[in-house]
Amino acid sequence: MPAVSKGDGMRGLAVFISDIRNCKSKEAEIKRINKELANIRSKFKGDKALDGYSKKKYVCKLLFIFLLGHDIDFGHMEAVNLLSSNKYTEKQIGYLFISVLVNSNSELIRLINNAIKNDLASRNPTFMCLALHCIANVGSREMGEAFAADIPRILVAGDSMDSVKQSAALCLLRLYKASPDLVPMGEWTARVVHLLNDQHMGVVTAAVSLITCLCKKNPDDFKTCVSLAVSRLSRIVSSASTDLQDYTYYFVPAPWLSVKLLRLLQCYPPPEDAAVKGRLVECLETVLNKAQEPPKSKKVQHSNAKNAILFETISLIIHYDSEPNLLVRACNQLGQFLQHRETNLRYLALESMCTLASSEFSHEAVKTHIDTVINALKTERDVSVRQRAADLLYAMCDRSNAKQIVSEMLRYLETADYAIREEIVLKVAILAEKYAVDYSWYVDTILNLIRIAGDYVSEEVWYRVLQIVTNRDDVQGYAAKTVFEALQAPACHENMVKVGGYILGEFGNLIAGDPRSSPPVQFSLLHSKFHLCSVATRALLLSTYIKFINLFPETKATIQGVLRAGSQLRNADVELQQRAVEYLTLSSVASTDVLATVLEEMPPFPERESSILAKLKRKKGPGAGSALDDSRRDPSSHDINGGVEPTPSTVSTPSPSADLLGLRAAPPPAAPPAPSGAGNLLVDVFSDSPAAQPGLGPSPEEAFLSELEPPAPESPMALLADPAPAADAGPEDIGPPIPEADELLNKFVCRNNGVLFENQLLQIGVKSEFRQNLGRMYLFYGNKTSVQFQNFSPTVVHPGDLQTHILSAWPSPAPPGSTPMIPVPRPVTWPLRALHSLR
Amino acid sequence: MGDGWAHVQNRAGKTRLAKWYMQFDDDEKQKLIEEVHAVVTVRDAKHTNFVEFRNFKIIYRRYAGLYFCICVDVNDNNLAYLEAIHNFVEVLNEYFHNVCELDLVFNFYKVYTVVDEMFLAGEIRETSQTKVLKQLLMLQSLE
Repeated sequence: MPAVSKGDGMRGLAVFISDIRNCKSKEAEIKRINKELANIRSKFKGDKALDGYSKKKYVCKLLFIFLLGHDIDFGHMEAVNLLSSNKYTEKQIGYLFISVLVNSNSELIRLINNAIKNDLASRNPTFMCLALHCIANVGSREMGEAFAADIPRILVAGDSMDSVKQSAALCLLRLYKASPDLVPMGEWTARVVHLLNDQHMGVVTAAVSLITCLCKKNPDDFKTCVSLAVSRLSRIVSSASTDLQDYTYYFVPAPWLSVKLLRLLQCYPPPEDAAVKGRLVECLETVLNKAQEPPKSKKVQHSNAKNAILFETISLIIHYDSEPNLLVRACNQLGQFLQHRETNLRYLALESMCTLASSEFSHEAVKTHIDTVINALKTERDVSVRQRAADLLYAMCDRSNAKQIVSEMLRYLETADYAIREEIVLKVAILAEKYAVDYSWYVDTILNLIRIAGDYVSEEVWYRVLQIVTNRDDVQGYAAKTVFEALQAPACHENMVKVGGYILGEFGNLIAGDPRSSPPVQFSLLHSKFHLCSVATRALLLSTYIKFINLFPETKATIQGVLRAGSQLRNADVELQQRAVEYLTLSSVASTDVLATVLEEMPPFPERESSILAKLKRKKGPGAGSALDDSRRDPSSHDINGGVEPTPSTVSTPSPSADLLGLRAAPPPAAPPAPSGAGNLLVDVFSDSPAAQPGLGPSPEEAFLSELEPPAPESPMALLADPAPAADAGPEDIGPPIPEADELLNKFVCRNNGVLFENQLLQIGVKSEFRQNLGRMYLFYGNKTSVQFQNFSPTVVHPGDLQTHILSAWPSPAPPGSTPMIPVPRPVTWPLRALHSLR
Repeated sequence: MGDGWAHVQNRAGKTRLAKWYMQFDDDEKQKLIEEVHAVVTVRDAKHTNFVEFRNFKIIYRRYAGLYFCICVDVNDNNLAYLEAIHNFVEVLNEYFHNVCELDLVFNFYKVYTVVDEMFLAGEIRETSQTKVLKQLLMLQSLE
């Protein structure tokens, strides 16, 4: 029998609820509800003023109807009226109604706020709490504006009851989160911190939550909480189970408060004061010690409460990341949990260990558990636990275990849930690239990915394998062979056709010698998949076919036959049609030389930050940071993959103008161009590769500059106005920078062209042009003497990592006379940020 | 909880209690509850008591025919909230003398009072069962 208390029977309500429950159908229920609504409406409109009890009953019924899922559009006024009753039960229903059915009518809001104000001022703790709870539950801007100033006062007032303080603290928390501007920090903040010392643990509990939230935005105002939190935590952790009686839960003293204190401490760095720090470390060690003691109770509540504290302790240790001893102990404790019989604990241990894996102090300790984690991946029945195991494998991966981990993850991928496949594919791709020493392994891994989970291999992944194969001569043959074999599978994924089509188009010649992969065989293999593919893939294949015509002239007739077919030339898709027509024509009219030039092997790809990593970060969201941030660990990868590229801005030269005039020593060896993601280890894959020197190779941005013609020889541009003051130093020696260097260069701040330097012998002019992020400079050397220059070899020296081309000696010595010489079109192009360093 | 919510549902999907600590429209609320219901009702003892759900996580436990679910931030402490649920259920049990689903139906307006004693603004307010029950009994005696 449901317990209906003596205080407020509300029999009418109980009867109504029973009626509803007894309705046999939805229609009957609606009918009953409508009947009641009509009844209540008439009562509310009636001539007789309702007594408090009836009002309460009807408002409660309305609330019940609303909670069943029906809309209520009246009753608010009556609910608000209940607020001014001096009976608790009536007030309570009134507050409940307006908290659940929040109304934005401004008149009602005004009345509600008024009632709240009265209750807050009533000095009756029960009423004060009702009002505070209402504000905390609704938390509207209007309430904030009305009460944000009062709540802190109530919270820290000496005569506030404990329960009021508890409610005020959390009410203030709600208001702060909703409208932080309405809750400015003030004198009360110090008093709030001191609530941590309150003797009522409930007050402390509420205060800790408030401080945790406030200190995130105002760390300095609350930093004194750290030492108070430490001493509170210490007292709890070392208390006997007979202290804290009301707050001991299954033999664990104040577990929730302990967890909250540990969370609060994670908002700050480790305490600087040695005594405080010592006490805290001791406390953390005690928690770790207790985990090893036999349990005081067999109940799962006991172990959950104890372990809640333990896991939060480990979180704090990880957050500090400064006590190697504690980190290793934490790791060992988690290692034990990995094989606990309770799934919850195995899950939490895997999750927590993931964060430990990225700390340099505990990374090695984490790796020792690799076999257990692999086993979890294979045998756990809850998919979320398997996922944590996969995440942990990814986080603990380094050079020593990469091959093992990648192969386990591939095996996992074969049976993984569809929802998580894409993430695993991205992770495997990242690991394979990052730890590849042998790139044929990398190629195999990616092709396996396509074979196992082709649908989830996004463009970023297979573009990347193409980029890497293009940039690495040593793996091109292997890639061609492997992809050829993969294509022979009866049902191969379309992404395999894309990758295969591209690779054979570029590097099919490397395996053409073997009769099993001769050109006609390669072509017919690809073409057998043609009709099964999407438009995008077919477009790619057409490009491959034209490349085949270039690589393997013996296939020309066959391929032209394919291109000529009506299905291509009159294909409904514009792109396919265009390609077919153009490729066919190209193959017919172009000479072999032209064809060879047009269809030359693709140049190496330039550096950029790995888009796979970016895609994974987007998928995982901000939480992915720690697992992916490997800049602290695996320092050996720096050596093997090359150091991080210096950014141009860090290179400083005292007088860049001198370098420009070649008055310094020979330029340093040309360094690879700085990649945009300087801190990204993945990009370092290319830095030691001999093939990866794109330099000034054609790229889309530079295309516009390559079309520029040098000016005609007779152009007077080299001799512009404002000749620079003549310098005394002759050009025959490489000497120190000339004194006027800065001044001479200064004029180029505002103009692109002009005379850079002039003396009796030589005039050097500059013409430069800039578009978007690229700049190009021409240097013109004018012979002012009456004799020819012999062995004139200007040298342009660049600081740091700018590319340089050494000017070659001219075939004919410079003619005498005042007319300028043939300007050497020696354009040097740099990205603009590099140009900045010239200054 | 912080920014999240808590609800109690039976196996059929009827909501017996819902407490929202962040803003949602009414139809959003309904949808969320239905989705959570779909997720938790297919799980059994071999699963954990935690489920990733959108960009939150759900901590839940089944008591007879009722699922008690709390939706929390991904950084929150799972076991602490699991036991907070149990603590709450023990209080209900004591207050309603061997609580059953019907108690929550007929005394729904009182259940909110119990909730507000123990949780407020998405945070744990009071954990001592002794203190909570003492307060509830006192309130019970008021007119």
